[in-house]
Amino acid sequence: MIAEIGHYALVLAFFVAVAQVVVPMYGAAKRDVALMGFAAPAASAQFLCIAIAFGALMHAYITSDFSVANVAANSHSLKPLLYKISGVWGNHEGSMVFWVLILALFGFAVAAFGRQLPDTLKARVISIQGLIGLAFLGFILLTSNPFERLDPAPLDGRDLNPLLQDPGLAFHPPMLYIGYVGFSLAFSFAMAALIEGRVDPAWARWVRPWTLAAWTFLTAGITLGSWWAYYELGWGGWWFWDPVENASFMPWLAGTALLHSAIVVEKRDALKAWTILLAIITFSLSLMGTFLVRSGILTSVHAFAVDPERGLFILGILIVAVGGSLTLFAIRAPALKAGGLFAPVSREGGLVLNNLFLSVATATVFIGTLYPLFLDAMTGDKVSVGAPFFNATFVPVMIPLLVLLAIGPLLPWKRGNLRVAIEKLWVSALFTIVVAGGILVLVEGAPLAPVLGFGFAAWVAGGVVTELAERIRLFRIPLGDSLRRLVSLPGAAYGMSLAHIGMAVFICGATGETNWTRELVATAKAGDTLTIGQYELVLEKVERSQGPNYFRDMATLNVTKDGVPFATLQPERRLYPVQQMPTTEAAIRSGIEGDLYVAIGEGSTEGGYIVRVWVKPLVPWIWAGAMLMVLGGLFSLSDRRLRIGAPKRSKRRAAAPAAEAGD
Amino acid sequence: MTPKRRRLSIVLIGLVMLGTAAALVLTAFEENLVFFFSPTDLAEKDVGADRRIRIGGMVEDGSWKKYEEGLRSEFIVTDFQNAVKVVYRGSLPDLFREGQGVVAEGKFSGGVFTASEVLAKHDENYMPREVADALKKSGRWKEGETAQ
Repeated sequence: MIAEIGHYALVLAFFVAVAQVVVPMYGAAKRDVALMGFAAPAASAQFLCIAIAFGALMHAYITSDFSVANVAANSHSLKPLLYKISGVWGNHEGSMVFWVLILALFGFAVAAFGRQLPDTLKARVISIQGLIGLAFLGFILLTSNPFERLDPAPLDGRDLNPLLQDPGLAFHPPMLYIGYVGFSLAFSFAMAALIEGRVDPAWARWVRPWTLAAWTFLTAGITLGSWWAYYELGWGGWWFWDPVENASFMPWLAGTALLHSAIVVEKRDALKAWTILLAIITFSLSLMGTFLVRSGILTSVHAFAVDPERGLFILGILIVAVGGSLTLFAIRAPALKAGGLFAPVSREGGLVLNNLFLSVATATVFIGTLYPLFLDAMTGDKVSVGAPFFNATFVPVMIPLLVLLAIGPLLPWKRGNLRVAIEKLWVSALFTIVVAGGILVLVEGAPLAPVLGFGFAAWVAGGVVTELAERIRLFRIPLGDSLRRLVSLPGAAYGMSLAHIGMAVFICGATGETNWTRELVATAKAGDTLTIGQYELVLEKVERSQGPNYFRDMATLNVTKDGVPFATLQPERRLYPVQQMPTTEAAIRSGIEGDLYVAIGEGSTEGGYIVRVWVKPLVPWIWAGAMLMVLGGLFSLSDRRLRIGAPKRSKRRAAAPAAEAGD
Repeated sequence: MTPKRRRLSIVLIGLVMLGTAAALVLTAFEENLVFFFSPTDLAEKDVGADRRIRIGGMVEDGSWKKYEEGLRSEFIVTDFQNAVKVVYRGSLPDLFREGQGVVAEGKFSGGVFTASEVLAKHDENYMPREVADALKKSGRWKEGETAQ
């Protein structure tokens, strides 16, 4: 019964979406306040309907209602509660319901918090948001109904893929989806602005916090995914340039560019058309990511053939969304009035370069990801594009961006002086030389890569500190005054510094891991000793035991570092009987200097077990850097909230509809 | 600088950067594109001995041999028309099994494929799409047998 209510709620949501698209859009065209007023309640009703549907699906999972086909295929009565819940979005149908839920949530947020938005803009934004929802609700209802019943119901379910039964991956999809789908709002705002024919700083002040929120979640989501791959797949890799990873990375790159260009629109009323285009591109890349992952075209052409409807349906949505929005852009963008002027060497100029580099970087990832599909379609040749390609294209494009990252924030708006900015960076330059030189001298046979990597990290970090010191006028006014300035800096300033420092920390981690990882693979029996670097590992025992829905072989290794007891590590190898699937649970000892990573493979007590040991310097810096970026996003968001209440803004808001009525 | 000239210079810088990126992409493609071969392709075409390639097919039943206490493996990959011997040093992925699909990356010389990487699968039902296509080509793929 509850599943039917869920299904019914989805159908209802579809029809609410139809009204949500048509009525406010018509009302905005006719300047009819009553019709435009329909937008907010429609968005709320839409969110309510989808929330009911999602709740019904979750209920089916929690109560293990195997008469629902989706639950039977992806759950099991013995599965821990957390994974019953995460199972809801761990499969195709459920994840699509989750997708529209987030979409409706963002529409609802505009309805709830957008009281100060001009009526027509608000109506149009909600209408476009409804249109995206309409497309995906249609997709779910026609091709991926999660509430389909099974008769007779099986006694138990087929279980969730054991690799997905992991806390890191339980939260990875929600974060990622909030990020992906969050960019829909930037898209809706862009479309609405094009229809309105105007973009002003007030528009950017609306778009930026939503983009920032989406970006923050996407960053956290990608990081969680990477972290999961690192400890769960048992290979010790954290980024594979796998197409599915790239599918989430491209919107991140474009979203990062959007974040920066929206600042220029907000502060200087310039780069409007470009920002609109970036909003379109960012969300289109999110849609493409959904298409690539959900259609199965990347993992298996066969899945595509089994259910061509699904892939074609999303491809259709993608084509209409990209084609329609770009057409609208081509028609309306030339009419957007150009805003503030700026010299090439200025903060704006720096942000333009930032955008160009990020866009080109996005393009290289795009080509590397899609070229194999393209070649297969054209010639039938099968190729794969792996890490070496991206190292040779993406990395060189990012390097100038890092150089720029230290200089850009030191340039003033409108017109700057490159020499003045660079002179401020002399301490930073010295620091860079010391770090790079230190690596060159101290690390035996240091190849160029780590010298460059740590050098750039030092340069970026030095730039951030210089910029902060400039802001608080360090050493130029009494120290107490400087500290007072530091405390009262706006959240956005902290946000920028944190995110940029995060970049430096991340580069250190990535450089250390990539260049200095050491690996040891050996077969060991109880009592055997393995030596790698300063570490000695003694395999004490391997025991077999049973978990809630799996069996495991758990090894116990006593580790000493330079002869001093260091850690006891217990890697496991699990077998999930329902899916007959083994998984590796690595044991990782993390420290600021890096990870000691141990995994066990197949084996027996007599023949010994395969033990893999990695010493991975600086890996935690990768996650720490990403988390600093997330923290930066949060700080910046807190700033927005403070400023939303400022009287200056509401005055400008109140003036906006009046100005519009006049034109 | 007038807005028009400013826009023009931005577009020019953008084009230069895109051009540089295109050059990077093309060189990288030249060196790093890894082509896929089925065992039949290997038997019919000539592959340079120092070219990195990927092969894929089914692991032949009863062909998996382990040496040096499991650290070195040999197995035969087949598309049921032709077969190729693969040697691999290292630990195989959790889901490596006889009678299932596999993809390996490495070099082919002297009739033996030396793998540097055997690709992990995330899902036991997952059939690498190159393998599925290779098997289809050799006529041994039954539609719908291994659903993704």
